Amino acid sequence: MAAAATQLDHLARGDARADRLFRWSVAAAGFFVLISLVGAALTMAWGGREAFATFGWAFVASDNWDPGNLIFGGLAPIVGTLITAGIALLLAVPISFGIALFLTEVAPGWLRGPVGTAIELLAGIPSIIYGMWGLFVLVPFLGEYIYPFLSETASQLPIIGSWFNGPPIGIGMLTAGMVLSIMVIPFIASVMREVFLTVPSRLKESAYALGSTTFEVVWDIVLPYTRSAVIGGIFLGLGRALGETMAVTFVLGNANRLANLLEPSSSIAATIANEFGEAFADLHRSSLLALGFVLFAVTFVVLSIAKLMLMGLQRREGT
Amino acid sequence: MDHAVSERLFLRRRITNWLALVLSGGAAIIGLFFLSWILFTTLSKGIDGLSLAMFTEMTPPPGAPIGEGGLLNAIFGSIVMCTLAVMMAAPVGIAAGTFLAEYANFRKIGSVIRFVNDILLSAPSIVLGLFVYMVLIGAPRQVATVIQNSDAGQNNWLAGLANWLIDISGFSGFAGAVALGFIVLPVVVRTTDEMLRLVPTQMREAALSLGIPQWKVTTQVLYRAAMSGILTGVMLGLARISGETAPLLFTAFNNSFWNADLGEPMANLPVTVYQFAMSPFENWQLLAWAGAFLITCFVLLVSVLARSLLLRKKMSHD
Repeated sequence: MAAAATQLDHLARGDARADRLFRWSVAAAGFFVLISLVGAALTMAWGGREAFATFGWAFVASDNWDPGNLIFGGLAPIVGTLITAGIALLLAVPISFGIALFLTEVAPGWLRGPVGTAIELLAGIPSIIYGMWGLFVLVPFLGEYIYPFLSETASQLPIIGSWFNGPPIGIGMLTAGMVLSIMVIPFIASVMREVFLTVPSRLKESAYALGSTTFEVVWDIVLPYTRSAVIGGIFLGLGRALGETMAVTFVLGNANRLANLLEPSSSIAATIANEFGEAFADLHRSSLLALGFVLFAVTFVVLSIAKLMLMGLQRREGT
Repeated sequence: MDHAVSERLFLRRRITNWLALVLSGGAAIIGLFFLSWILFTTLSKGIDGLSLAMFTEMTPPPGAPIGEGGLLNAIFGSIVMCTLAVMMAAPVGIAAGTFLAEYANFRKIGSVIRFVNDILLSAPSIVLGLFVYMVLIGAPRQVATVIQNSDAGQNNWLAGLANWLIDISGFSGFAGAVALGFIVLPVVVRTTDEMLRLVPTQMREAALSLGIPQWKVTTQVLYRAAMSGILTGVMLGLARISGETAPLLFTAFNNSFWNADLGEPMANLPVTVYQFAMSPFENWQLLAWAGAFLITCFVLLVSVLARSLLLRKKMSHD
């Protein structure tokens, strides 16, 4: 009897030890995730400290990027990143909204499933494929038909006309923005679709019962109900567009200078991809890391906003 | 109200509605048109470059005649690195997901890690590549330089350490796998967390009430219940890295030759496709399209498999 008790005791102690060990190891893994993000931010900042110390504010305010003379001002890639991402959103948001509307309210039931799945699958296509398509299909097409037309007509417009000056070769920020927009459409559309589906059908049915048209239901019921999550989805797309590397590198032309929409320019990610492997000077490498830090900081803020906006919806779902 | 006025109002509302719905259909068509255009280009150009030699011959030198050379070393390198990345990231990710779902579900730390994980999920992959470069290549080199420049560098043991650090801190297949691992990790964490939380609480309570310790409940009851979901997460992670180029540019680099040594620069499909596509040689461009075709097919296949896995599970529950 006593022997059995001690044996049980022994077993229980073993189990408790195993339990503690298991708990610690999974907790360690959880903290590893936390540490990787903090570590990534810190290593970027640490690697870029030399550039920040050497150039100070000029690093983000000057557009003089001259690896030969070891002068690095990152304004051109930073502006390039913002403009390409901006163009991408400008084009992608209305189209994604249309797709989400189509998939939740317009399309017949049998069409919704397959089209929705197709769009989600396309979100998984690697960016290098988009880049190659951009370079070999879209660039010649734009260079042949669209760019000459834009540089002839749009450049006559007041105020924004000067944006469209330049050689119409098909490579440039507008092209990069277009490729990016095609890339982020699946992301934004699938978030919007999911969000639209969370609207309680009694709300929509009430509006329909009062005689609303489909568009009025979407505009006055669905959109106000999901506003913050829709903005969250858009910011998620923005985060993707800002950090996207390969699709942009292919079609941006790798020219590190401020440029207008039809000219080759650069983005942060493309600059890092193009130059980091061949950056032998410490200061050059440090400047690229500093650019990486800027990109990281910007995407962190954008993604945090996206996450907070989407969280509101989850909370409502929970109640 | 006057009958004619209300008629006109009704007509206007109907026209607005009709216009909006047509525009939405148009948007859907535009979106799908571009996406299918991209797929069609990849498939049609890729099939042109497809040949048996692709799987049996190494990458050709620049300017080789069309039809010569293949992608064997790149395909091999990609398989090795992706496998290694998944093998490293999946256990850590599953463990972290377990922590979130089972131990920290309603705690502050849980929501912080979930938040951070979601950021990591969408963080630019090139930044993660830079991070791994700094940790595995940049930092050891800097330490070695510091040792060699200091007086203590004459010390035998320290000099040996510096040499060893320089030795290990080159572009390597291992560094590439780690960089890819960081991209798989958040996917696995998130799906594991979500899938475990979907397991009914009664199952935990029933198992615990039998006196089974929690680690056994987790590994033998909960993992089994959430198996197909967790597997889906791992497969989605694999689909994500199989075409990932940016983080490999300065971790695994590339290699024109056969290399199975993880300590050396390793050929891989995405970077090879990138370099070949950007080159002026027709032979290389043809191979680049063939490689792109391979990547696309693989990614689509894995994603469809992952999805069907989840779907089957859902159906068996209904």
